[in-house]
Amino acid sequence: MSNANIVSKTAVELSHSLSEKELSSQEIAQAYLEQIDRVDPQVHAFLHRDDNDFLAQASASDKRRAEGNILGPLDGIPVAIKDVISVQGQPLTAASKILENYISPYDATVIRKLKAAGAVIGGRLNLDEFAMGSSTENSAYGPTRNPWDFNRVPGGSSGGSSAAVAAREAPLTLGSDTGGSIRQPASLCGVVGVKPTYGMVSRYGLAAFASSLDQIGPFSQTVEDAALLLETISGHDPLDSTSYPTEVPQYSAAIGNSLPPCTLGLPKEFFGEGIDDEVRKAIDQTIEFYRSLGHKIVEVSLPTTDLAVPVYYVIATAEASSNLARYDGIRYTSRSEQSENAINVYAKSRGEGFGEEVKRRCILGAYGLSSGYYDAYYLKAQKTRTLIREDFNRVFEEVDVILTPTAPTPAFKFGEKSNDPISMYLSDIFTISTNLAGLPALSVPCGFTQAGLPIGMQLIGQAFEESNLLSIAHAYDREHLFGCKSPNI
Amino acid sequence: MSESAPNPMDIDYVSNLARIELTKEEREKFHHQLGDVLQYFEKLKEVEVEGVEPTAHAFPRFNVWDEDIAKDPFSVKQAIQNAPQSRNSQIVVPKVVED
Repeated sequence: MSNANIVSKTAVELSHSLSEKELSSQEIAQAYLEQIDRVDPQVHAFLHRDDNDFLAQASASDKRRAEGNILGPLDGIPVAIKDVISVQGQPLTAASKILENYISPYDATVIRKLKAAGAVIGGRLNLDEFAMGSSTENSAYGPTRNPWDFNRVPGGSSGGSSAAVAAREAPLTLGSDTGGSIRQPASLCGVVGVKPTYGMVSRYGLAAFASSLDQIGPFSQTVEDAALLLETISGHDPLDSTSYPTEVPQYSAAIGNSLPPCTLGLPKEFFGEGIDDEVRKAIDQTIEFYRSLGHKIVEVSLPTTDLAVPVYYVIATAEASSNLARYDGIRYTSRSEQSENAINVYAKSRGEGFGEEVKRRCILGAYGLSSGYYDAYYLKAQKTRTLIREDFNRVFEEVDVILTPTAPTPAFKFGEKSNDPISMYLSDIFTISTNLAGLPALSVPCGFTQAGLPIGMQLIGQAFEESNLLSIAHAYDREHLFGCKSPNI
Repeated sequence: MSESAPNPMDIDYVSNLARIELTKEEREKFHHQLGDVLQYFEKLKEVEVEGVEPTAHAFPRFNVWDEDIAKDPFSVKQAIQNAPQSRNSQIVVPKVVED
């Protein structure tokens, strides 16, 4: 089998080839390394690789298989990791200069679960520094390019994770989503990305940005692959006190069941001005497809939609300013050589180590929490967050899922929004409210523009109802498989 | 956005609270940009939240206890492996107490 053939396969297909002995895990690993060598000088999805470790894991998987001890369907399948998730002995930079020499002393819970499932943990993927951004332009190590058009951004913050799947540099990747950082780049790169319900996936070992919003989730070519990866990383973890004690259904089995007639809600506030015409057209076709399957389509209203972005930026920056206080130039980050005393060692190390957007957000967060402003900003935002949750609760009394575009436009050009924070923040306008409400949501590729740029639809589900959400997404995806189309690179 | 909104934020005061030293260029740039962002936040002022409880977490959990069992901690070597300066198994810091 040719390398091009191997790397175009989905994870489920690779798993099948492994069990049929058509391929070994080492052959798969080698094919991906060669693909990365070939395309990553342009794409720049990877910040770090450890090829020896990667091949050794693949070899260990082949040995297990030969002995009849495989650990599950992901045994021998590569998974590349956003550079904010700890893998013992590997670097974790969060795309920041301040962590340029950091080596993780332990595994994140999701990594421990993947290793227990036999997955072959691959390289470290680029992102906006500390996951703050929507374009991967904020990486201290240079941007990732969109595999569908190298002049355009891959989205962000998990732009390396989405671009790596689109460029066939990995069949599966992990990202993290605080306000859309999995779904928006998935949409812009034409792959599937899932943000689970808050509390379904442990955050232990994830470099925290905004703890009440962050969730780790999968990227893949298909919904079927995403279901497989999601069921592997989900589940209660005593090491994360916000992890939710609930059973994890077998999503990959659930999506195979026949789907009863559902009701899909279209929030009228998401279909107003500002949506690109071609995005709108692709979403309309998706709606027609669901209607043709016999599902009911209804208009719903989420009146607090326009409050989500300001609420998010008050809460997320407040939590970030507190979380990022740990990067102090003392314990595990680089230290400014200009520091003279115990006070300015912090300010100088952070001033030198953090990039512009991270500084901007930490300062904004500190302001929102500071004496005299707390009630007007932070407390007000938390109360408004309650109204946003109540809006969703009301809508979910009458619908099973909510369907929206994932992003208002296809991938934008480098530099187009990088000097205007608000314009950049608004590229997450359709994804942010689900993080505030803690709900599961995913992006599925639903077509291309005339110029060949991918378009994504978002489905938002009820809390802890990932099975239902993935089943409804799969009903569309298995008939279209837009995520299986490869860019010509 | 061509014209920036007036910014009520004292950048020097807040950047000191955040323990981030800014260059002169950053101070000026942030002054304008954060003014725009605060202006954008004004939307929240109009929201009626009388009697509404704040949400800190979407699905809050309370009193999450851990079993009181000793676990293998990091070795000293692991714990300080990422420190920018260390000596004799300890982290070196700038002088805190004057001579």
